[in-house]
Amino acid sequence: MEVPVFQYDFILKGILGCLFASITAGIAGTYIVSRRMVFLSGGITHASFGGIGIGYFAGVNPVAGAAVFGILSAMGIEYLSVKQKIREDSAIGIIWALGMAVGIIFIYLTPGYTPNLISYLFGSILTVTNTDLIALGILSAVLILYFSVFYRTILYISFDENYARTYSDYVDFFKYLTTSLMALTIVLNIRMAGVILVLSLLTIPPNIAMLFTKKYSSVMKLGVVCGFAGTSGGYLFSWFTGIPAGAATIFVLVILWIILKLITILISKSKNRKN
Amino acid sequence: MRKLIELISVTAGYDSKVVLEDVSLAVYENDFIGIIGPNGGGKTTLLKVILGMVKPIKGEVIYNHELLRRNDIGYLPQISSVDISFPLTVKDVILSGLMMHKGVYARMNREDRKKVEKIIEEMGLKGFEKSTLAELSGGQMQRVFLGRALIGNPRLLLLDEPDNFVDTSFENEFYVKLHELNSRMAILMASHDVGTISSHVKSYACVNRHLHYHPSPELTEEQLSAYNCPIQIVAHGPIPHTVLKKHD
Repeated sequence: MEVPVFQYDFILKGILGCLFASITAGIAGTYIVSRRMVFLSGGITHASFGGIGIGYFAGVNPVAGAAVFGILSAMGIEYLSVKQKIREDSAIGIIWALGMAVGIIFIYLTPGYTPNLISYLFGSILTVTNTDLIALGILSAVLILYFSVFYRTILYISFDENYARTYSDYVDFFKYLTTSLMALTIVLNIRMAGVILVLSLLTIPPNIAMLFTKKYSSVMKLGVVCGFAGTSGGYLFSWFTGIPAGAATIFVLVILWIILKLITILISKSKNRKN
Repeated sequence: MRKLIELISVTAGYDSKVVLEDVSLAVYENDFIGIIGPNGGGKTTLLKVILGMVKPIKGEVIYNHELLRRNDIGYLPQISSVDISFPLTVKDVILSGLMMHKGVYARMNREDRKKVEKIIEEMGLKGFEKSTLAELSGGQMQRVFLGRALIGNPRLLLLDEPDNFVDTSFENEFYVKLHELNSRMAILMASHDVGTISSHVKSYACVNRHLHYHPSPELTEEQLSAYNCPIQIVAHGPIPHTVLKKHD
């Protein structure tokens, strides 16, 4: 019996998609969670929807539009809160809603039906293009390289920025560069998990990892592994049930987190009893 | 004694706000200077000028390069802004004290790991290498940050309000430690609590926009008010402290 070629293609795409998503989300997620930037990331995610809308309207790749919007909104939030002294959470709230509004306006203005729109909101491995995969693969390589070469520098700036300023003149450079890479990670993973769900793809894996280790580099590595368990589990789940992959992934990850959390609680309780 | 660093008529501040005006100070080897003054008086800014983080608007900072390069300064900042639940081990926090010798491509080698083990031993943190700050007491956390300031083997140690969150059980031990360190390095310690530091420092600098140097460890309330240094003299019970005699 011959398996149709498109099916191989589909499986390969799924595996690569899951792998790249978990690498990028694991590395970026550890940074975002450690620095308590989850809300900021939510702002970037939703603001990038504006880029998707403009992309549709202008007939360019919506992901490219989203990337530009994502990075600009990250910088915009930083600018508003540092230079204009607007409180950061307010700045995030403003940019968040502005991006969504821009997206909705341009999609409304785009003539005809926009069939893929729902995939941007909820994510779907089915609509992931080869270009998306290549972009996500390159980003994985860039992040691995970036974090291995500058590991200590990035780590110590995010832990104690003020102390880092006593020995380095590059604190702001690395902060902006890392934030831009985080924005790119978010945007490219929107294809996988969707605007609404991508945040959990970034936050749940490192939180699972932190149940077992408090060493930053281990949290990153274990986060990638947990992410892969979640994305591939979700992918299989969706393969057999037809549930959208993005939602299935998040569901698997949360269940995984709850189970492991309960196990660690039970273990620490039995240890206490022995003592 | 040789001079490590000298500030000559330094005026410094942030944006256009002047915090320090016409400040002069010389620090010698084995000095132990208590920097006192009210909150907002410029104590932290003075330390940052010495560190090179705040550039003077006017005046000069002269380093004796034979004895002191920028990375020979150990710094213990006020640590209220640090997120103690950050996933970082005690060992890694202390290692960050070596970053000034390393640059952006920093790698930690075997020698560095030996250094960190020695510091952990010295600071009484054995067994906590893999803990995060959130799992430590205030005093232990203090020793982690002191360890970070010391791992680079500094010639000059700057301490910004180290008494802020030290638990009293460790406080005495902490000052004994500083006394011991003072044989190897000069120490500048900012504090708003004169009573606590009076029995440990060799001299005072009173900072309240201007700086008045007082070359003996004795200080009276009259002198404080004369220097326009509105400070409360607080004495704590279990800590050894000297009663200051009044000058004529």
